[in-house]
Amino acid sequence: MAKIPPPLWLLAEVTHSCPLQCPYCSNPLELIPKKAELDTEVWLKVLHQARKMGAAQLGFSGGEPLVRKDLEILIAEARKLGYYSNLITSGIGMDAARVEKFRELGLDHIQVSFQADDATLNDYLAGTNAFQHKLEMARAVKANGYPMVLCFVIHRQNTDRVAQMLDLAAELQADYVELATTQFEGWALANRDHLLPSLEQVREAERVAHHYQEKLKGKMKIYYVVPDYYEKRPKACVAGWGRVFLAVAPDGLVLPCHSARSLPNLELHNVRDHDLDWIWYESKAFNYFRGEDWMKEPCRSCDEREKDFGGCHCQAFKLTGDPTHADPTCAKSPHHHLIEQAIDTRQLSMQPTQPILFRNRQNSITKKTARI
Amino acid sequence: MSVDFKAIPRLAAGYRFQWEEAQQNHVLLYPEGMVKLSDTAAAVLSLCDGKRTVEAMIAQLEADYETEGLAEDVTQFLVEAEVQGWIKYG
Repeated sequence: MAKIPPPLWLLAEVTHSCPLQCPYCSNPLELIPKKAELDTEVWLKVLHQARKMGAAQLGFSGGEPLVRKDLEILIAEARKLGYYSNLITSGIGMDAARVEKFRELGLDHIQVSFQADDATLNDYLAGTNAFQHKLEMARAVKANGYPMVLCFVIHRQNTDRVAQMLDLAAELQADYVELATTQFEGWALANRDHLLPSLEQVREAERVAHHYQEKLKGKMKIYYVVPDYYEKRPKACVAGWGRVFLAVAPDGLVLPCHSARSLPNLELHNVRDHDLDWIWYESKAFNYFRGEDWMKEPCRSCDEREKDFGGCHCQAFKLTGDPTHADPTCAKSPHHHLIEQAIDTRQLSMQPTQPILFRNRQNSITKKTARI
Repeated sequence: MSVDFKAIPRLAAGYRFQWEEAQQNHVLLYPEGMVKLSDTAAAVLSLCDGKRTVEAMIAQLEADYETEGLAEDVTQFLVEAEVQGWIKYG
C-alpha cells in the first residue's frame, strides 16, 4: 500500500453536553456522560501529539464546546502550537466578553449555527430559547474582526426557508454560509421520518441557493451540498478513511469518522492508553478501510473508487448490516432500493409513527437498549 | 482586474500563512480549509504584510531571486489571490 499520509484535521469533540436538543444531531444516541470526559491535561496531550504528526486544522466541537470551562486553556495552547483553530458552536455559553477573550487567546474562527431564520422555528428545533442570543453572538463574532461563518443545518422542516435564511445571513453580513444538509447518523437517523426532505424540496433549495450564490457573488460565499440520498454517487466520507481526518470523542476514543463508534468489530483505541501516532498509523481500526483490499463489488472494479472510496461505511452498516458494502446512496449499490424507498413520496407523505426525538440526556440510550 | 503598483496588499481576515513542517511546505489556512502553496506563491504571499506596496514587493523579490522582470508574474498571482479572497488591499 502507498505510504500513509499524516492527519491534517483534528476534530476535538470535547463534550457531549449541549444546552440545545436538536433532533438532527449526528452524535450517537448513546451520549458520553460528563464524568467520562477527558480532563484538561489529556486534551493538551492530544493537541501536542496531533500537531507533531502534522494536523494543522483543529475543530473544537461536541456537543457544545463552550460547556467546557477549560476551553480557553485549550485555545491558547492550540495557538501556541500553530493550529488554525475553529470553534463550532451554537453560540450558547458565550457572551461578547468571552468572544473577545477567544480572540485575544488566538482562536482563528467561530462558526455559529442556526436552526432556522425565525425565532419560533429555531427555538422549536433547538428545544430552547436560543435565537435572540445567537443573533447577538453572530454580531459579536463579526465585531471582533472574525470572518463570520454561519451554518444552517437543513432538513424537511426548514428547507423551504432557505431564501429567508440567506436573507438573514446577508443582513448579519456573513462572509460564509454553510447550508449543511442533515447527515442521517445518530439522532438524525432516529428522526429520519421527520427530517428527510422530498425531491421537490431538495431541488427548490438548490435553485434558491444557486440564485443567491449569483446575487451575492464576491460578498458572501454560500455552500450548498445536495443530500447524498438524492445523489447518484456517495460522498467521500471524511475525505477517505484514515487519510486526512481524525476525531477524538469526549471520552478519548479516537475515531476515523464521527460515527465510527457505531461500526461492529472495529476495535477503537483511547488516547488514555495509546499515542495518537500509533493509533493513526498502526491500529487495525485506522487501517481497516485504507486502500482497496476491503472492497467488494461494485466498488472493487468501479472507476470512481479513488474518488469516493466507497462512500460512508457507517451508512452502509446502518442500512445494509455490513460496513464493507458500498454506501447504498450509490446508484450502483445492490442495496440502493433502501434509499429509493426512504425518499419515495408516498413514504414521505405518511405521518411518522414515532414522535420526534429531541437530543438530550433523558432520551439518550445505553448500549443495552440500543435499537439503532 | 488589474493591480495598482502603489496598492498595499495584506492577507484577508481569517487567513493565516505559515510553514508546515510535516508537509515541508508553506500553506494558507482559513476557516476549515488549507491550500498548499507553490514556492513562488509562498514567496509573494510572505510579502503581503499590509506594509509594502506591490512595487516594493516586486523589487524585493527581484533582489531575493537576483533576477529582473518579475512584475508580470507577481501581478498575475495577486489578481488570482484576490479572486480567491486570500488578499485584500489597503
